[in-house]
Amino acid sequence: MTETSILLIQRGRHGEIPRWERFEIPYEPGQSVLDGIRQIRASTDPSLAIRFSCINANACKECMIRVDAKVVYACMCRLEPREMRLQPLASKKLVRDLVTEIAPPDEILG
Amino acid sequence: MARTHIDTDVLIIGAGGAGMAAALSAAEAGARVLLVDRSLIGRGGATVMAQMTVAVALGEEQPDSVAAHFADTMAAGRGLCDARLAAIVCQDGPAAIRRLDAWHVGWARHQDGRIRQAHAPGHDRPRCVYVDFLATGPAVSRTLRAQVQRQGNAIRRIGDLFVTDLVVNEGKAAGAVGFSLADGRPVSIAAPAVIIATGGLTRLYRRNSASANMGGDGYALALRAGAELLDMEFVQFFPIGHLAPRMIGMDPIMWDPFRYKLGGRLLNGQGREFLDEYGMPEDGRYVVTRDKATYVILKEVAAGRGSPSGGAWLSFRHVPEADLRAAFGPVIDRLAANGIDLTKNDIEVSPIAHYHMGGIRVTPELETRIDNLFAAGEAVGGSNGANRLSGNAITEALVFGHRAGQIAAERASGGAAWPEAAAQSRLDLVTAGTGQQTENPAALIVELQALMADRVGPFRTGPALQLALAGIDGLRTRLGDIPSGHPGSYDQSRLDWFDLRNMLLVAEAVTLAALSRTESRGAHQREDHPGLDEAWTLNQNLALDGNRLHLTRIAVPATAPELAA
Repeated sequence: MTETSILLIQRGRHGEIPRWERFEIPYEPGQSVLDGIRQIRASTDPSLAIRFSCINANACKECMIRVDAKVVYACMCRLEPREMRLQPLASKKLVRDLVTEIAPPDEILG
Repeated sequence: MARTHIDTDVLIIGAGGAGMAAALSAAEAGARVLLVDRSLIGRGGATVMAQMTVAVALGEEQPDSVAAHFADTMAAGRGLCDARLAAIVCQDGPAAIRRLDAWHVGWARHQDGRIRQAHAPGHDRPRCVYVDFLATGPAVSRTLRAQVQRQGNAIRRIGDLFVTDLVVNEGKAAGAVGFSLADGRPVSIAAPAVIIATGGLTRLYRRNSASANMGGDGYALALRAGAELLDMEFVQFFPIGHLAPRMIGMDPIMWDPFRYKLGGRLLNGQGREFLDEYGMPEDGRYVVTRDKATYVILKEVAAGRGSPSGGAWLSFRHVPEADLRAAFGPVIDRLAANGIDLTKNDIEVSPIAHYHMGGIRVTPELETRIDNLFAAGEAVGGSNGANRLSGNAITEALVFGHRAGQIAAERASGGAAWPEAAAQSRLDLVTAGTGQQTENPAALIVELQALMADRVGPFRTGPALQLALAGIDGLRTRLGDIPSGHPGSYDQSRLDWFDLRNMLLVAEAVTLAALSRTESRGAHQREDHPGLDEAWTLNQNLALDGNRLHLTRIAVPATAPELAA
C-alpha cells in the first residue's frame, strides 16, 4: 500500500478569515514539505501560494513557514507519512496562504 | 487598480550577482538606480546557489596571467566565443575579486594569507577562488547585498515586482512595465537605460540546479523588445548533479567541490571507472570538462551500464574519514542527517541543466541592438561559446555587471520621456484576465520541463527536435493569449501564466537553434550529426519578426584583443 502525506494548509489573504484546506499526496521518502507543496500546485491547485526560489539548496531562505506550529524552512523540513499542519509565519504580515511579507520595509513597493 | 509609476535613471532587472554589481557601479557613477526583482533582493538567481569556484588569474596559488585564463576560456568555448567578451571577463576579473575581498567576502586563504585557488577542469593551473564550505555563492550574494544596502537612496530596491515587458521608444530603451506580486497592481517604470540581469533558463528543464525564477525571462524580454539572442542551442549540463538517494536541504551540484578537493571516483553501474575508456583518464584527479563528462555518463547509461537510478556512481569510499571531515566539516553532518556516510555509501549522479552559454547578443559595451538596453551576467550570450569553463560564471556576473552599470549610468544622463502610447498595449496585458482558469499553468510548466529534458536535452536528433517544436506549439495554444484569473494578491497561478509565456518563447529559441546546427560541438550534441564540423564555426542569431523567430548564421567575431602575458 502506498503511504500518503496529508497536508492541512491554512489559506486566505490578508484581512480574510483563514480557512483550512486538506490535501493528500503520495508519500516518498527523501521529499521535503516544499516538494509536497509544489506537487499540490502542479496536480491540484495552482493558486496555493508559497514563496521560494532555490527549491532545495536552502540558499535563498525564502520558504520560511510554520509546520505543526514550529518555524521551519519548507525545503529543509522532511515530508512525513502523516498529517502535517502548514501555516504562514505568525510574526509577519500575511500576504496570501503561506506567503508573508518578509522583505525589509524599504524593499517593498509602497 | 491604480497604476504605480516610477522614474529612474538606470533600471536593473534581476537582483542576483550581476544585477547587484551593476547597481553598485551605476550608483557610484552618479545615476539614480532602481534594482527590481521578482523575488526578494539578493536571494534568488544563480549566484546565491554557487557552491565553490570563481575563476580568476590572481596568481596567488601559483604564477598566472590573464592571457592564460583567456586561452583556457577560448579553448573551452570550442571556437565560438566572442573573444572581446571573453577577454573582458579575464581582464577585469582580478579587480572584481579583490573588490569583494576588500568587502570581506571571506575567500579561503592559506595560513600565510595567500588566497587559495583550486584547480578546476579545463584550467591549465589552480585558478579558482572559493569560500568554505560550499558557501561561495551565499557569501558573494550577502557581501554584494550589504554593499547595495549601504548606498541608501542611491539604489532603490523593490522586490516582488514582476517585469512583463520592456518599453522601447524609437529604437531606444525607455523603461518597463509589470506588476507588483503583493497586490497585482500594474507598475510602469520610466528609465533611459535598462540592464537585463535575469540570469539563465535552467528552469526549462525537469532536473536543474538553479533557482525556480530562472525561466529565461530576460531572453524573452529582450526578444520582444527587438534585441537579438545568440547561440541559444548551448545549454550547459552539469555532469554530476545529485540523483540518488533523495536528500533534502542540499544543492544538487554539491558534489563539484568534493571532486575539486578530494578527487573521487566516477563509476558505472558495474562499479568500473569508465572515463579512460573514452580516452579521458582522470587518475583520481578532476580534469574532464563538463560537456565531455556529460556525454560519457549518458553514453554509459545508454549502453545499459548506468547506476540503478540511471546515472553513474560517485565514490569517496577510498578517502579517509578524517580527510572528508577536514575538507567539508559541517557538510558531512548534513549528509549524515540524510542517511549518507561517504565512507560507506556511494551516491548516484547524472547530468542536470546548469547554465546557459547562449544569451542576449551584445557589443563589448554590453549593449544590445536597442540603444541603451544592456545585458549582464548569464543573460549575456557569446562570452562562453559552446561550453563554459568552470568558474567563469560568477566572474562574468561581477565583471559584466560592473561594466554594464558604468556604461548605462553614462548613457542615462539627460533622462527620457515616458512613451505612454508605446507602453499601452504592454500595460493592457498586465491588467487583462480571462476571469477563469481552464488549464493549470503550473502543470503546463511541468509538461514543458519534461518535453525539454526528453527532446532538447544533452543528446539531440532532428526528429526529436521537430517533436519538441510541435509540443511547444501545443502548449502555447493551451496557455492562450490572455492571462488567467484577475490581477490580485500573490496570484501565483497568474505568475505561472506569465512565466510560461516567457518559457515557451525561450524554449522555441533553444530548439530552433538546436535543429539548425547540424553538427556536434561542446554542449550541443546531435546524435544524427556526430562530430564537430569546421564549417559550422559560426554563431547563430535569433530575432523576433512579428510573432516568428527568425534565425541567421553570422561569423564569430574575430578581433583578438591584446592581453597581458
